[in-house]
Amino acid sequence: MPQVSRLGRMALIVGVALVLAACSGQKNLTGADLSITGAAATPGSPQDFVVTVGDRVFFQTDSVEFTPQAVSTLNRQVQWLNQYPRYTFVIEGHADERGTREYNIALGARRATAVRDYLVARGIAANRMRTISYGKERPVAVCNDISCWSQNRRAVIVLNNAGV
Amino acid sequence: MVDLVRGGKRAVRAVRRDTAWLAVVRGLVVLLALALPARAQLELDVTRGNIQPVPIAIPAFLSLAGNPQLGPAIAEVVTSDLQRSGLFLPLDPSAFVERSASADAVPNFANWRLANAQALVIGGVEQLADGRLRTEFRLWDVFGGDQVAGQQFFTSPENWRRVAHIIADAIYERLTGERGYFDTRIVFVDESGPKDNRTKRLAIMDQDGANIRYLTGGSDLVLTPRFSPSTQEITYMSYDGGTPRVYLLNIESGQRELVGDFPGMTFAPRFSPDGQQVIMSLQQDGNANIYTMDLRTRRTTRLTDDAAIDTSPSYSPDGSKIVFESDRGGSQQLYVMEANGANPQRITFGEGTYSTPVWSPRGDYIAFTRRRAGQFGIGLIRPDGSGERMLTEGFHNEGPTWAPNGRVLMFFRDTPGGNGGPQLWTIDVSGYNEFRVPTPGFASDPAWSPLIN
Repeated sequence: MPQVSRLGRMALIVGVALVLAACSGQKNLTGADLSITGAAATPGSPQDFVVTVGDRVFFQTDSVEFTPQAVSTLNRQVQWLNQYPRYTFVIEGHADERGTREYNIALGARRATAVRDYLVARGIAANRMRTISYGKERPVAVCNDISCWSQNRRAVIVLNNAGV
Repeated sequence: MVDLVRGGKRAVRAVRRDTAWLAVVRGLVVLLALALPARAQLELDVTRGNIQPVPIAIPAFLSLAGNPQLGPAIAEVVTSDLQRSGLFLPLDPSAFVERSASADAVPNFANWRLANAQALVIGGVEQLADGRLRTEFRLWDVFGGDQVAGQQFFTSPENWRRVAHIIADAIYERLTGERGYFDTRIVFVDESGPKDNRTKRLAIMDQDGANIRYLTGGSDLVLTPRFSPSTQEITYMSYDGGTPRVYLLNIESGQRELVGDFPGMTFAPRFSPDGQQVIMSLQQDGNANIYTMDLRTRRTTRLTDDAAIDTSPSYSPDGSKIVFESDRGGSQQLYVMEANGANPQRITFGEGTYSTPVWSPRGDYIAFTRRRAGQFGIGLIRPDGSGERMLTEGFHNEGPTWAPNGRVLMFFRDTPGGNGGPQLWTIDVSGYNEFRVPTPGFASDPAWSPLIN
């Protein structure tokens, strides 16, 4: 997973690791939906997208509605993706583990579609993006707690390396 | 005698249809030339709610020639099968006074009555000069004092477990009047690696966990395997190639085939009862709809069309109806419709969400997963929506599959936290006899094969 190694290099600047460390077993820390300042990522780089913009939005249980926080992340994503049109990307939809497998596959697809539709409606070319659902198969946080489940209900934009 | 004749007929079919896997040839045991009364006092009424298990004595089969371990091993497999059914109480062999010297002799029933046995299984096994294994057994009614079943089998020695399962089935069938389910297999998903990056492989094993074999290598995420009625093929979902899709896999040849050419992700596949259709969901934008594909004509048919997640379709055993889950009413609930998609009727109205419906092979019940108040349970409901009851509930129970006789279910039970993981369990339709099925690692998405014969 390239994302993990990228994040490993940024360990010093992402102070939020301490906040999220309360949730044991978590590996895939990101700065998404958390206000981070002072990130030293190169503007226009994938790190810049993950740290400065936020690569993911979170959802309520069984929901595809965007929270106000998600909307502000999405708007930052729109701006960034417009500014750096060389990137194509995949929108991954995920569900938490508190649902059944097949429904969660469809729910993840619904979440990825909701993000796609939001981006397309704001002018991002549809041919730059593709969606995929992982259902509950790829949690990022594995504790048995609401704090983990809520991080797993997510849609993540993964930039293709071709953009670099 | 009727049972014996039926056994003989099935043997012929087994040889013809199942040679690719393994062949077990059944023969009739030559009945003893004694005029024993043909009364069968030993019958088990499994339709009653609370069943008193039948005390049964299964001494080690006599190892007549060849490997001396085989006789005890066969008795052990038969004992384990019958014990896990919950309908039998295998007795402790240390209480047995009688040691038979011959598999053909009439037992001294008084000795077995002393051991409190109502049924008695005496068997023997020998390796023949041509290398084949000959296994025979007789089932005795201890109180009636007569033989109620008896068969012999010829097969290659590596099939000894299968012979034991067939014997357990014969005993189960003779004493309950129901079809057995021990000579069956389970296809499931083997899970390894950390919870946030699991490796998943398709695996197949006997219903008791023996003879495990892996069908995929683990490089691609695979989910929800299900047997075809012929038992030689499965349908499942794979993430190979980037777009998750439904595939067919021939268990023997390893040959894989994409099911249909759909413009998006397909998932939640199952075969129709005649094996000619695969029914599944197609994801289109935010909605999932149910489609069938005819495996001969390749024609696809859309069965549902609404702005909802319609998934987990399962046919009734006669193929006339389909149960599925949908959130069209706001939350996941179960619906039954005609096989052509007409007249969908909601059948669940309880608190919580209902998903993963599977129609019993007997047609009488639909099993489901229910989520309520943070608990996941396995339950049953009649196809008309009546008679809902839960069999087991807890942190996470999901994905029931039926034994071919419709009396036992298998499902997976997950445990919380980073080190937790799913394991396979069985439970009977009365909600009793919950047992874990041994697997080498974590295991999920079990699917029970039809009867192999």
